[in-house]
Amino acid sequence: MEILMNWLGTIPGAVGQGLVWGIMAIGLYITFKVLDLADLTVDGSICTGAAVCTVLLTKGVNIWIAILGAIVAGIVAGFITGLLHTALGIPAILAGILTQLMLWSVNLLIMDSKANIALSRFKYGDKVLISAGSSNIYETLAILAGFVIVLIAILYWFFGTEMGMSLRSTGCNLEMSRAQGINTNMTKVFGLALSNGVVALAGALLAQQQGAADINMGRGAIVIGLAAVIVGEALFQKKTTNFALRLFFVVCGAIIYWLVFQTVIFIGLPNELLKMLSAIVVALFLGVPYLKSHIIKKKKKEKEAVKNA
Amino acid sequence: MLEIKNIHKTFNEGTINEKKVFEGLSLTLEDGDFVTVIGGNGAGKSTMLNIVAGAYPVDEGQVIIDGVDVTKLPEFKRAKYIGRVFQDPRMGTASDMWVEENMSIADSRGHTRGVRWAIRGKDRAKYREQLKMLDLGLEDRLTTKMGLLSGGQRQAITLLMAAMKKPKLLLLDEHTAALDPKTAAKVLEITDKLIQENGLTALMVTHNMRDAIAHGNRIIMMNAGKIVLDIKGEEKKKLTVEALLAEFTKASGAEFSNDRALLS
Repeated sequence: MEILMNWLGTIPGAVGQGLVWGIMAIGLYITFKVLDLADLTVDGSICTGAAVCTVLLTKGVNIWIAILGAIVAGIVAGFITGLLHTALGIPAILAGILTQLMLWSVNLLIMDSKANIALSRFKYGDKVLISAGSSNIYETLAILAGFVIVLIAILYWFFGTEMGMSLRSTGCNLEMSRAQGINTNMTKVFGLALSNGVVALAGALLAQQQGAADINMGRGAIVIGLAAVIVGEALFQKKTTNFALRLFFVVCGAIIYWLVFQTVIFIGLPNELLKMLSAIVVALFLGVPYLKSHIIKKKKKEKEAVKNA
Repeated sequence: MLEIKNIHKTFNEGTINEKKVFEGLSLTLEDGDFVTVIGGNGAGKSTMLNIVAGAYPVDEGQVIIDGVDVTKLPEFKRAKYIGRVFQDPRMGTASDMWVEENMSIADSRGHTRGVRWAIRGKDRAKYREQLKMLDLGLEDRLTTKMGLLSGGQRQAITLLMAAMKKPKLLLLDEHTAALDPKTAAKVLEITDKLIQENGLTALMVTHNMRDAIAHGNRIIMMNAGKIVLDIKGEEKKKLTVEALLAEFTKASGAEFSNDRALLS
């Protein structure tokens, strides 16, 4: 009974993590699902968002301006990946890796060559928006949920506009998009910038939630984000084609991901193995549908062979 | 309306796979011309369309649409003047987007895409009206994903989208080749209707000689990157498949090398 109560106690924390990473996953959804690009910039830009927000806060800047600064920094990072990809013709995945590597140096510069800057000296309600750790957890959850709702509303509106439509069609069918007069290079750059802006916002919130910006906080971020996107899709995909709901399911995916993780930690799996577990989960979710379709095809072939015999 | 002037195009220049497609191709279309294009495989029909659309750059020569030299314009900028339908029904529309979303993308062609809500009530009414004209029962399926429709339905919608902004030029690249005969006939019927109602100038590549004779006011035959036959008006109306084949042999000094064209 006590164990159950203890486990239940971990749930709010997991939901909080899920909400922040859900925002990150929404950013990833824009590139991975809407634009059909695998963008590895995010491992760097989430840290950039955290670093910019933290450093501005320590300089006494208002939290909202600090968050805005983080978003702008993320947009610039995505813009650079976009230029590497479209103007220089570098494959998207490599362009993302290059920017990510650049960001490692940039992030250190922003953080004044420190690997870690603590935010914990700011008390909740004083300067930061959400509190680190478990204090004021429900207020934190409410604020994060507010961020998620506003973000989904803005993106739902944007992807319903002419410009948003052109981004969606670029990811869906390049040939058709060009034939319909869409500058597909521009839409790709725009999408990458938008995506990384959202990811940097997640970074800014993450820094406050963890009480620090850390140079390593972005490592493997893309895998966690992808896990959220994929889990969300796998569980709810068939229910709707409504864009806002799909984004909402991505956030649900992130929450489920963290609930599972907290549980795994709770059971006693060593922390070191967590990243491996994330990677395996993503590999499974990506791989299973592929194997399934192969098996179905094979069975069909066998059936036809029997018929023809 | 369209002037193709002295086009030269070589693929893979300087390599072992070098292929000279055009060495001075010229063609002029008058306003309102509906030209059908036939010819064997590798004659350069699709390449010509792709060059006009801007998908391939040219080595030499000019493409002029309605007095505007578009030779240097990228594909997406030429889209203002050109509507296109491809051979593969999947190519002309976005599978993961709804019918009305696809149509709204075509509806924005030629102006800057801003942050205006793309589909409003009156747009939806307009799309429904246009779909009704197709007579395929698509007017009630505005929010169906494009990928769920049949090839014929998709091709019909692609046609609508291509003609929507009354382009100066409509390019049809074997747009019925992937369809069954009955559906192909229906799509061709819609093609005729759209071209007539909107007074479009069109270039239609086809493998089907009968279709090439039955549609349009002018027919050209291509062989090895050259236009070997150009028949219009009354003379075209009298054409038969046999006469066309004979002309081909005469013009090219070879048998028409395409089974599909003979069988169909």
